[in-house]
This record gives sequence, C-alpha cells and structure tokens, in this order.
Amino acid sequence: MKSKSFEGFMKIVFIICAATSILAILLICYFIFSGGVPFIMEYGLKNFLFGNKWAPSHSPQAFGILPMIVGSLLVTLGAIIIGVPIGVLTATYLAKFSNKKIYRFLKPSINLMAGIPSIVYGFFALVVVVPVMRNLVGGTGMNIITASLLLGIMILPTIIGLSESSIRSVPESYYEGSVGLGASHERAVMTVILPAAKSGIISSVILGIGRAIGETMAVILVAGNQPRIPSSLTQGVRTLTTNIVLEMGYAAEAHREALIATAVVLFVFILLINGIFLIIKRRAMN
Amino acid sequence: MSKLSIRNFNLYYDDFHALKDINMEIGEKEITAFIGPSGCGKSSLLKSLNRMNDLVEGCSINGEVLLDGKNIYDKDVDVNTLRKRIGMVFQKPNPFPMSIYDNIAYGPRTHNINNKARLDEIVEKSLRGAAIWDEVKDDLKKNALRLSGGQQQRICIARALAVEPEILLMDEPTSALDPISTSKIESLVQELKDKYTIIIVTHNMQQATRVSDKTAFFLSGEVIEFNDTDTLFSIPKDKRTEDYITGRFG
Ligand SMILES: Nc1ncnc2c1ncn2[C@@H]1O[C@H](COP(=O)(O)OP(=O)(O)O)[C@@H](O)[C@H]1O
Ligand SMILES: [Mg+2]
Repeated sequence: MKSKSFEGFMKIVFIICAATSILAILLICYFIFSGGVPFIMEYGLKNFLFGNKWAPSHSPQAFGILPMIVGSLLVTLGAIIIGVPIGVLTATYLAKFSNKKIYRFLKPSINLMAGIPSIVYGFFALVVVVPVMRNLVGGTGMNIITASLLLGIMILPTIIGLSESSIRSVPESYYEGSVGLGASHERAVMTVILPAAKSGIISSVILGIGRAIGETMAVILVAGNQPRIPSSLTQGVRTLTTNIVLEMGYAAEAHREALIATAVVLFVFILLINGIFLIIKRRAMN
Repeated sequence: MSKLSIRNFNLYYDDFHALKDINMEIGEKEITAFIGPSGCGKSSLLKSLNRMNDLVEGCSINGEVLLDGKNIYDKDVDVNTLRKRIGMVFQKPNPFPMSIYDNIAYGPRTHNINNKARLDEIVEKSLRGAAIWDEVKDDLKKNALRLSGGQQQRICIARALAVEPEILLMDEPTSALDPISTSKIESLVQELKDKYTIIIVTHNMQQATRVSDKTAFFLSGEVIEFNDTDTLFSIPKDKRTEDYITGRFG
C-alpha cells in the first residue's frame, strides 16, 4: 500500500518536472511575441523584414532587418558548406573505418569540442583565422568567410554525433548483403550504409543549421557586424543574433522593441527548422 | 573433381572450437542440405565457404576449402571475386532499402556493368530466375522493403543470381517465411539446380528431403554423417543421426 502512494507521489513529481520545461517555452513565446509583434504591426511587416536600412540613431529611424536576415542566412549556408562534408565523412570514418585505438582518442575529442564555450571558438578565430584572412583577402579579415569557417567548425560535433549514431543504427544485414555480392568495404559503406542512414544524417544537418543560425558570441567577434547587405563574401555582415546583442545594452523605446522583434524573427526561423526536423524524423519512422 | 572440397577444416571463435575437422566433397550442380540442431555449426561452415566469417571478430580457421581445386583461403585470393562466384542468401530477408530494380542491379554495378540496356536485361533475367518477375514487373521502382517477407526473400535470391554466381549458399532461407512462400522458394531451389551448385542450411528435415540430393548431419561442430539424402534418411549409419531424424532429440 505504501509503495502505491509513493508511486502516485512520484508521478506528480514527474509531471511537474515535465510541465516546467513546457511552461518555460510558453513563457518565452509569450514574452518575445508580446514584446515584438506590436512593433512589427506598427512599423509594417514588409518594411521590417524587407527594409534594407538599419539606422536606429538616425532621424527618422529606420528598422529594416533584411541585411541581418541575409547575413544570418549567408553565414549559415557557409557553415553548412564547410561543416556538412567534413562532419558526415568524419562520422563515416568513426563508425565504419577507424580502429578501436583511434576511436578511443577521436571520439572524446569530438565530444570535448561540443563542450567548449562558444566565446572560446570566437577568440580562436579572432586570433588565428582573422589575421590569415586579412593577409589573404585584405580588409579587416572579419567577413562572411571567416564567420562561415568558424561556424562550420562549431557545428561539427552536432553533425558528427548524430550522423555517427544513425550510421551505426543501420542494420548489419545490409552490410552483409552488400559484401556478400562481392562489394568492397568502401563500396558497401558508401552505396548502402550511408543512403540507409540518410534521414538521420539530414536531421543532423538541420540541427547543425539551428545551431549555426542561433550562434552569437563567437560570430560577433569575427563577422564584422556591419548592418548592410554584403556585395561580396569578403565583406563583413551582421546576423540576427549579433544585432540584438550589440545594441540591446543601450536601446530604448522603438529601438528596443525593434530588437525584440528581431528576436521574434529569429524565433520563427528556429521554429521552422525544428518543424522540418520533426517532419523528416516522422517520415523516417514510416 | 568436386566443385568444392572442404579438407580438415577447423573454425574457432576465440577459444571456442566451433567446427571440428570437417571433410566434405560437394559436387557441381548438386543440392546439399546441412541439417542439425541449432548451435551445431551449420551457419559457421556456410559462412566459411565464401569467407563471410572474415567479418566476425575473433574468428580463426585452419584447413582448406578448395573451389575448383584452389584454396579460397590462400593469400592471393581476392575475396570480392570469391563472393561474386559464391553468392549468399541470408536467413532473414535483407533487401537494401532501395528500389527493386536497384537491388537487383546492385551486384552487376558493383562489378562494373553500367550499361542501361544490359542492366535491364540482367534485372529481368534474375527476377524471372527467382520466380518473382510476374509479381513485380510493373513496379520495379517500388521500394523493396514494401514487399512481403516471401517476396523479399525471392528478391534477395534474384539479387544473388544477378552476379551469376557458380555456387549459391542459403542459410535457412525459409525460416522466417509463411508456408506458401516457403513452398515457392523450395520449388525455386529445385529449378535453380540446373544451373547452380546449391548448399542450403535447414533445420526442417522435410525440407531437406524435398529439395536436396545430399545431406550432411551436424552435431556439436562435427559432421556426423554425410550421404545421399535418400540413404541418410532411410538407413542412417550413425545412431545419433537416427535419433535426430526420428525426432528423438534436437
Ligand atoms: N560470432 C560468434 N562468436 C562466438 N561464438 C559464435 C559466433 N557465432 C556462432 N557462435 C557459436 O558457434 C556455434 C555454432 O553456431 P552456428 O554456426 O551459428 O550454428 P547453427 O547455424 O548450426 O545454429 C554456436 O555454439 C554459437 O554459439
Ligand atoms: Mg544458423
């Protein structure tokens, strides 16, 4: 009897814990949207999203965030171009080619990468990549390529971890079927295992995109942060996240609301990315 | 000369002696059945014949397996070529998660046949050979995983036939299937006999009597008796064989 009441009690504890995270997400939604949406209504959704001038201290003020949207998309795309091939091939190596000795060394290193604070990555890129970039293409060295490179490295643990486990979860029978027909190890892995792990790999890429688009502190150090639409890859950009961080400290009134509205846009991006992630996962289940 | 000669063959999983001094001659275009209780080493021997046991960690062997007189464990043997010559059908149907066409074309493509017309021809011929052409010919783009278990197993047989092997190894190919699919596969095995040397593992003795020319009875890693199927089942020489086939144990 006693254990039954204890079970009931634990059940309530579990429900409260689960409810806490749901409550947190609801509160975040509420405050972000209630803080940002009125501003967007007033300023005009089109002017806000597609205005290419961000000038909060001019008069009249201008709050177009197109440059930041473009900036976020560009550095994220760059990160994907750099991070996905490296990440997926690393995962393939870990799961199908490395021997135990190398694996025991490599796997913890990659896990460690995931635990390094992002500001440390930013600092690394600032003192190592930026000077190299300055020599190569001139200017300040803080540009789209630098930021993409940095983000490409930062999303590696996400992509590697998830891709590796999805590659490992492909049934061994596929592999046996392939080598049983006379395929080499490489061919079996590349033509049967990887395609079979496709949905997990795509999920890892989407989570990587989420990570890249949300990254702030590292990007702020190396992206240049100019709020204008770049005309070449060697120009600096400002992203949605850095826009908020750079100006929140001193913003007031309409400016402050415009920054919260920027967060709304970022939040919608993240929701979209998660939505796509869920759809792909669900499709993979069927 | 026999197609496959197994000579003084021993197999170990680490220290465990799983196959003990196996000797067997397998003739060309014969169907040989391996029977015996589970865990007696049938799959282990089958896997040794196309070196799928290379994939098993801790597995070591000694002795010889001669294919047309040449030891397949010699250093200069290319295992990919060997596995092209000795195909395998697994216990659980394992079609790749891709279209029926791509499943069948996988082997030929592996061996560098990329001509579309040639592939079409091979795919049709193999599917016909595996007695499944009529069921899937209108839907070759369909994902093979959406077929029934019995159809999947015949796809796997077709996939193995597509590389034109000389020997076909089948490890309990019907144990995961319903009776109708089972009888389809059994009659298929009979038809394939004209062209291929077949070794089939089964723990179903009726199946062995229905399909095979020769039968080997395994017990605890040893071949107790190897003879014409009719003889082995009607006048077994060894007491243990008799006990097994009359259902007294196993
Ligand atoms: N990978 C392996 N590692 C260790 N022992 C194994 C392995 N595979 C099979 N065995 C052992 O070898 C013996 C023979 O197995 P197997 O050839 O699969 O028998 P069968 O196919 O006749 O049921 C069994 O005792 C089994 O436990
Ligand atoms: Mg077995």
